Amino acid sequence: MRITFKLFASLQDYLPLEARAKNALSLDLPEGTTLGQVIERFGLPQKSCHLVLIDGRFVPPAERATCVLHDGETLAIWPPIAGG
Amino acid sequence: MGWTRKILRVDLTNGTCKSEPLNMEWAQQYLGQRGLATKYFVSEVDPKVDPLSPANKLIMTTGPLTGTAASTGGRYSVVTKGALTGAIACSNSGGFFGAELKFAGWDMIIFEGKSPKPVYLSIENDKAELKDASHLWGKTTWQTEEIIKKTHQDPQIRVCSIGRAGENGVLYACIVNDLHRAAGRSGVGAVMGSKNLKAVAVRGTLGVSGIKDFKAFLAATAAGKKVLAENAVTGQGLPKYGTQVLMNVINEIGALPTRNHRDVQFEEASKISAEAMYEKRPTDGKTHLVTNAACFGCTIACGRISRIDETHFSVVNKPEYWGASGGLEYEAAWALGAANGVGDLEALQFANMICNEDGMDPISFGATVGAAMELYELGILKKEDIGMEAPFGSAKALCELAQMTAKGEGFGKELGLGSARLCAKHGRPELSMGVKQQEFPAYDSRGIQGMGLAYATSNRGACHLRGYTVASEVLGIPVKTDPLVTEGKAALVKAFQDATAVFDSSGLCIFTSFAWGLPDIQPQIAAACEGDWSLEKLNEVGERIWNLERQFNLAAGFTAKDDDLPPRLKTEPAKTGPAKGLVNGIDKMKPEYYQLRGWDADGRPTGDTLKRLGL
Repeated sequence: MRITFKLFASLQDYLPLEARAKNALSLDLPEGTTLGQVIERFGLPQKSCHLVLIDGRFVPPAERATCVLHDGETLAIWPPIAGG
Repeated sequence: MGWTRKILRVDLTNGTCKSEPLNMEWAQQYLGQRGLATKYFVSEVDPKVDPLSPANKLIMTTGPLTGTAASTGGRYSVVTKGALTGAIACSNSGGFFGAELKFAGWDMIIFEGKSPKPVYLSIENDKAELKDASHLWGKTTWQTEEIIKKTHQDPQIRVCSIGRAGENGVLYACIVNDLHRAAGRSGVGAVMGSKNLKAVAVRGTLGVSGIKDFKAFLAATAAGKKVLAENAVTGQGLPKYGTQVLMNVINEIGALPTRNHRDVQFEEASKISAEAMYEKRPTDGKTHLVTNAACFGCTIACGRISRIDETHFSVVNKPEYWGASGGLEYEAAWALGAANGVGDLEALQFANMICNEDGMDPISFGATVGAAMELYELGILKKEDIGMEAPFGSAKALCELAQMTAKGEGFGKELGLGSARLCAKHGRPELSMGVKQQEFPAYDSRGIQGMGLAYATSNRGACHLRGYTVASEVLGIPVKTDPLVTEGKAALVKAFQDATAVFDSSGLCIFTSFAWGLPDIQPQIAAACEGDWSLEKLNEVGERIWNLERQFNLAAGFTAKDDDLPPRLKTEPAKTGPAKGLVNGIDKMKPEYYQLRGWDADGRPTGDTLKRLGL
């Protein structure tokens, strides 16, 4: 399956250089890959994975390890941020 | 004691300045700044007054922590009856002006009447006098500040002023201080202009004395600063990326109002985001962002200072705009960008500079352009009406219209009246995206349900800074709630509104609330101010302020019908994103909110509520 993986703010440094300008990367993953496995694969610090969204919907921390990704989904992650 | 205990009353009609003692009984009930100035205002001004008449008053006010060692303690507010809304207005600004006013020994300035000719108020500690401003009339805020500093031969004078927008009756004109900070919303600058008051120039060397328990105050403020520094948002996220970091988040969750709220996601959001501000431009190899910046006493430093691309069409042969300048902040980037479909970062920076230079609220200006562009796309406004092609997405139209509006030229005069009057004039009032004639900020309430209620019930018209439930619904501060449901939002909105009223009355910046709750500011207030400032009392003060503002609006003629959203948000479902298919559930949330507030079904505080709050 293929998903779109997006990292923003300070987390964009964890993307390959060529993907940073767009904050996004296409990822080919084996069926059944979980959100937690993607976080682990890119070495993202857990405490920095504050806003974790699949297709714009928030995934609570307790569900991330078991949340299975599906073809065509967009996974986007932000560290703690705010504005106004 | 926090307060200086002195008010400056300026009678513009007769040209007099008088010192008065601060009403300390009211200070105990309303704390300062927003709350205390509103108490003065509602006690002295007829709610039915024409906002642009001499009978309206305008108050510039500090809080008890303004000018102190508290982090972010540099805020001041302007309270008046809003020119744009006809509702109570309270616009808050950072920079350095507020602290300087406090250093000069004043808690607030009450302006009344109307000067027969343009004047500015000069304050040097306890010496205050009105001076001729004929030579400043027609000047921008940037020119005004420079001329005043030169005239007084004092570069350390702090200035707030109106630009040409405030002189020309732009109903969302703001008051700019320190070049690019502003008391931005509701048209407080238009009220200032209607009084022929061009500027206030302050030099204060008295400092802030009389802190109740200085040792406890230093301990409390140091503890507060530690919390801000160690918090990932206020210690890292905001200084590095600024408010504009929200652009991609709000777009991703499907709550970025786009093209006058026709859409909830903008395909070019990433091009106008905080991350884009860090990208090197192909033209000159420089990033848009130059540095971050802090207001007086701030340990967060979220402000943005940027430099426009000198080759951009908007500034070709205009070197006066090539230097580093304020912006872009999230709200301005959204209103000038996504709201009208423009994804050209440099064009947004130019329009934002015009807003700073000539004193216009970029939210209301940008959103009004969005409404005009929709009228143009519908064929209701023609090229000859506007003076140019103005489809959604036109960066050229945005830049031209910003200048025309600031100068009061051509179609800019119509834009200067705001989207409600523009759309009503052209027979489509429902296309104005706002509440109480004030345009929405950067959150679509179909994707963030609580914000619909916050907008509808905001006492100064549509506003995010009266109850920022985005913090909870989207950002998980202090706890994450579901943005797509209405359940629980009435209580959430009320809690945010009351707490915000306390922050806004203290002299502190509301951005501290991303890390601080009332329990963090309570010890700072209690150590600075005489009297009992328990947590319970602060909660009560916040609720009292909210109801005081509400009472003014009711007396001004607003009713429960005005606590509502435009039909688009209630009948046209979001087309994409997580909120696809949803409209805002304001009609579900509002009755519960009224009940929680202790208001009747018509939105009027009951006798018991008024009695409980001492109103």
